[in-house]
Amino acid sequence: MAATTAPPALVASRCGSCANVAFPPSASCQQCGAQAMVEIPLSGEGRVWGWTVQRFPPKSPPYVPPASGFAPFAVGYVELPEGVKVEAILDCGAAPFSSLSDALVRLVATTPVPRYAVVGAGA
Amino acid sequence: MSAVSILGAGLSAFGRQPGVSGRQLALQAIRSALSDAGIGWPDVQVAYGGSDGSGLADTLVSDLGLTGIPFTNVKNGCATGGSALVAAVNAIESGRADIALAVGFDKHPRGAFDPRPEEWGLPLGYGEAGLMVTTQFFAIKIARYMDRHGITAPTLAKVAAKAYRNGSLNPNAWRREPMSEEAIAGADMVNDPLTRYMFCSPGEGGAAIVVASEAAVRRLGGRPVDVLAVSTRTRGFGSFEVFAPAVQGSGEPSSVSSDAARSAFGAAGVEPGDIDVAQLQDTESGAEVMHLAECGFCEHGEQERWIAEGLTEIGGRLPVNTDGGCIANGEPIGASGLRQVHEIVTQLRGEAGDRQVAGSPRLGFTHVYGAPGISACTVLGV
Repeated sequence: MAATTAPPALVASRCGSCANVAFPPSASCQQCGAQAMVEIPLSGEGRVWGWTVQRFPPKSPPYVPPASGFAPFAVGYVELPEGVKVEAILDCGAAPFSSLSDALVRLVATTPVPRYAVVGAGA
Repeated sequence: MSAVSILGAGLSAFGRQPGVSGRQLALQAIRSALSDAGIGWPDVQVAYGGSDGSGLADTLVSDLGLTGIPFTNVKNGCATGGSALVAAVNAIESGRADIALAVGFDKHPRGAFDPRPEEWGLPLGYGEAGLMVTTQFFAIKIARYMDRHGITAPTLAKVAAKAYRNGSLNPNAWRREPMSEEAIAGADMVNDPLTRYMFCSPGEGGAAIVVASEAAVRRLGGRPVDVLAVSTRTRGFGSFEVFAPAVQGSGEPSSVSSDAARSAFGAAGVEPGDIDVAQLQDTESGAEVMHLAECGFCEHGEQERWIAEGLTEIGGRLPVNTDGGCIANGEPIGASGLRQVHEIVTQLRGEAGDRQVAGSPRLGFTHVYGAPGISACTVLGV
């Protein structure tokens, strides 16, 4: 993997008519139906909006467990300043999963799905 | 617009039936509904139905009899039965038919549903990363709801315990053993805060409903139940659904269940508070809790007190899922919506046996919700 200094960023789309933000980018707007979407980068930080823990290994395929084997992981939605809530894997390190409620998180990876890590405690 | 009544309601057995096909379950349900209505298949003038994964309903004519009637296939996820019923009711209201049939059925393999990202318009990465798991959605939604509205984990166990208890009173249910709140709360956690026994399982079953015009009811007699409203909706902007890579819009998500329920109550000219017995989608016990408020029966957060006080029990103010719901009957996707209608018909006729709601209930309500953000509701009365 090549080293890079640029922080990861998700690309979304903003409607030129009603300003609704969609992720992933879409060709038309779910709110007003206009086909005037313009691609924008999403903010890298947001708040955990909702979360749960995946306690058992999902079916493989399609799930590809990590090389170290399956361990329960958190999944949820991160509310960004753009208004949209993005589904992601949530990383709280050694802290208990309960620390995820309302936590401030930062995007750390964009593939295979968005991944955020906790940078601050819940509000 | 002419009045429409349910003249017959029928179910197949629910739960695992090795060697019995989904189509056979549909036939059992149809024959039971026809018998209940006191008619034969040749009396049916138009039919609608479907399954999610067990074949096309119109092929059933090869077993029912080749009477030549129009038979339209419906495939609408959890709203399959509801959509078929809407079409059947419309056929009567329009005057095109006097007797119409709606049928839904399914026979799902054991274990979780197996959705593929590409079928949901998602990149393959969602499957690789372990996000194509339906239960995650329900858990995230109820966890946030509990946090915001003061619903506690014991309430989730109470709702599931009620489902198994009601199932034990229902001879046709799949799960007929009562289960303690402690056993439910202490079972394996699937996705926090939901344990294994708080979820329904993909299952097997068929359900059929015969609807008829006023003229047909006058001619045939029977024990008609009035269809006061039937309404289906797809999701509005800003809703939160299974396998959504994002929830768009700011503020709280919209609810397609609220939209469908409001439409049904409006068309029926009744209020949620008028309802005597209800069937609410209980994919897991948290869904029943949230749907109580989303359908207008209480304010958000009031469920905690409602359930503590037993208001949704068979002896309570608003009995909910008196047949054990999806948790005790399983979830054959195509059949569930019409199973709910069957239960309300049975309750309003006073024929529910050990699980009969006392005091001669007069108004009932049914609600299904499912992916990708669809809901179907009915208001029924006698």
